[in-house]
Amino acid sequence: MSFFLETLIGGLLSGTMLSLAAIGFVLIYKASGVFNYSQGSLLLLGALTFATLTGKGFPMIPTLAVTIVLLILAALAIERFLLRPLTNRSPMTLFMATLGLAYIIEGVAQGVMGAEVQALDLGIEDIPIFVGDILISQFDLVAAGVAITLTAILSFIFHRTRFGISLRAVADDTRAALSLGMDINRIWQIVWSLAGIVGLVAGLLWGARQGVQFSLSLVVLKALPVLIIGGFTSVAGAIAGGLIVGAGESLAETYLGPFVGGGITPWFAYVLALVFLSFRPAGLFGERQIERV
Amino acid sequence: MADIDVTFDTRPLDWRTAVSFAGIAAVGLLAVLLPVFASEYWLVAIIIPFLILSLAGLGLNLLTGYAGQISLGSGAFMMIGAYATFALQLRLPAVPLPLALVATGLIAAAVGVVFGFPATRIKSFYLIVSTLAAQFLFEWLFVKFPWFYNGYSAGSISLPDGIELFGLDASSLEGRYYLTLATVAILTLIASNLVRSQTGRNWMAIRDMDTAAAVIGVPIVRAKLQAFAVSSFILAIAGALWAFVYLGSAGVHSFGLTRSYQILFIIIIGGLGTIRGAFLGAAFVSVLPLSLDWLSQRLFGGNVDASLLQNSQKVIFGVLIVWFLIREPEGLARLLSSATAPAASLHPRKIQRSSSC
Repeated sequence: MSFFLETLIGGLLSGTMLSLAAIGFVLIYKASGVFNYSQGSLLLLGALTFATLTGKGFPMIPTLAVTIVLLILAALAIERFLLRPLTNRSPMTLFMATLGLAYIIEGVAQGVMGAEVQALDLGIEDIPIFVGDILISQFDLVAAGVAITLTAILSFIFHRTRFGISLRAVADDTRAALSLGMDINRIWQIVWSLAGIVGLVAGLLWGARQGVQFSLSLVVLKALPVLIIGGFTSVAGAIAGGLIVGAGESLAETYLGPFVGGGITPWFAYVLALVFLSFRPAGLFGERQIERV
Repeated sequence: MADIDVTFDTRPLDWRTAVSFAGIAAVGLLAVLLPVFASEYWLVAIIIPFLILSLAGLGLNLLTGYAGQISLGSGAFMMIGAYATFALQLRLPAVPLPLALVATGLIAAAVGVVFGFPATRIKSFYLIVSTLAAQFLFEWLFVKFPWFYNGYSAGSISLPDGIELFGLDASSLEGRYYLTLATVAILTLIASNLVRSQTGRNWMAIRDMDTAAAVIGVPIVRAKLQAFAVSSFILAIAGALWAFVYLGSAGVHSFGLTRSYQILFIIIIGGLGTIRGAFLGAAFVSVLPLSLDWLSQRLFGGNVDASLLQNSQKVIFGVLIVWFLIREPEGLARLLSSATAPAASLHPRKIQRSSSC
């Protein structure tokens, strides 16, 4: 029983890491209806910049500031050269454009900063602790704490501030928002900056765990099932989805894996997401879309 | 659609049709005679992969460009093609290769229908989940179970008897070239007729607005599944050719996610929803890395770091994707037709409609 609990809790905690990666997608989807495939690359860009600079001996806090400025500049450039010319185009076109964007960011980031694995030490000790007789990773606990804090802040912004409400308006109907005089370009700039910063947080935690390298950008592929299960439009959904995927993967690998030869983690989340899709196409917390002709 | 010509001209053959027929005939003649004057390097390293990539692009274009269903699982269906052909040739040696290829296509079509089924309930980028599920599931399946690669070392597969066509050995350079050319020509002919049929019209109606298509009576579920089936059929045959005609021996890594992206980029650059687009895009994708190499040799005498070259290639692709999506959603095919036909201005560009209403 305690082994089961350990597997479950380990899965849930690693699920919060997935949620962290997924929140960035939700932000952008909510504000522009774009499924941002380049979120993984933004995450890589942030983590790689941070790791490279700290690796050269720069202190952490100024480096963090520099990285955030870089991500904001990137967001401004993306808004100006990608989103603005593609306003009012189909979601699929926008998705494909972000796929191209992912290639640009990855190419530039790796071209400038190299493709070697860089170690990243955030000063969080990864010594497992015992709760009762269950082993829990301290690092995962910190990551979970960060994820919950971020969610709380973002939910507050979305539901209680004027900015959050205008975000939702823009996502709901871009044209109507425009005709009401909303500055959607400004809103997009802010949202992409925010998503970049959320990506940076996720990238630092993921990077500290597995080293900063190209595979960080593949987080996008881990986050996708999380989004499907939780719903693209809900920050809380990203958390719930992350927990479900994390726990599901961990339990499935332990209890189901041995029967089919193991190594099922890469696809298990996707199959789980497909099952969810066939019952709840909008995800657990997503808003159901009504379409008119 | 750029490629639907509505003309009220009742003359049997006007000059434009004549020119395009002459063009097709010239390209055909050139393709058949190519082994006579192209060097071996060109055939093996450029022309054959270009033809196979065009075929894969064509398969994806039917699904994504015509029916509007996005897929990141092209690699998976190519992989299925390679492994199914391998299994058929290994375990049923009596079946001739062309028949095995058709059977492979049918197997892949069935798998395509299964993974396309979620498309009847979900739309746009949600579909990438279903197609990515296929990608990861089959990558795992073909590595995990030795039955699929017959327990060969490193899990790489190659045809047991080489490429054999009805008792004739087609492993020679010319044999491989003509096998590829014939396959590509036949499937292109079928595809270009298909998109002009009722099925193709249904696909385009769904792409342009599926709710509206349903309202006017297009059988949405059937048409979407048809698109998945036909697309997977073609992709699988392309995959089998890629594995055995071009590479000789292949593994799961030959059809990874990068391959899926590559096929998608081919049709975005070449032109979504055109037959020519797949060929133009594939030509571009095949030639760009070579010309970058050549350029770096010329300019810097080969002193350029390989990873830098790879990264700049990535950036160039990314920029081109974004540029084409913004400026020319119909890709190179559109650029070509406006360059060759002054009458193109008679076809007004498609007006971009807001997706929100």
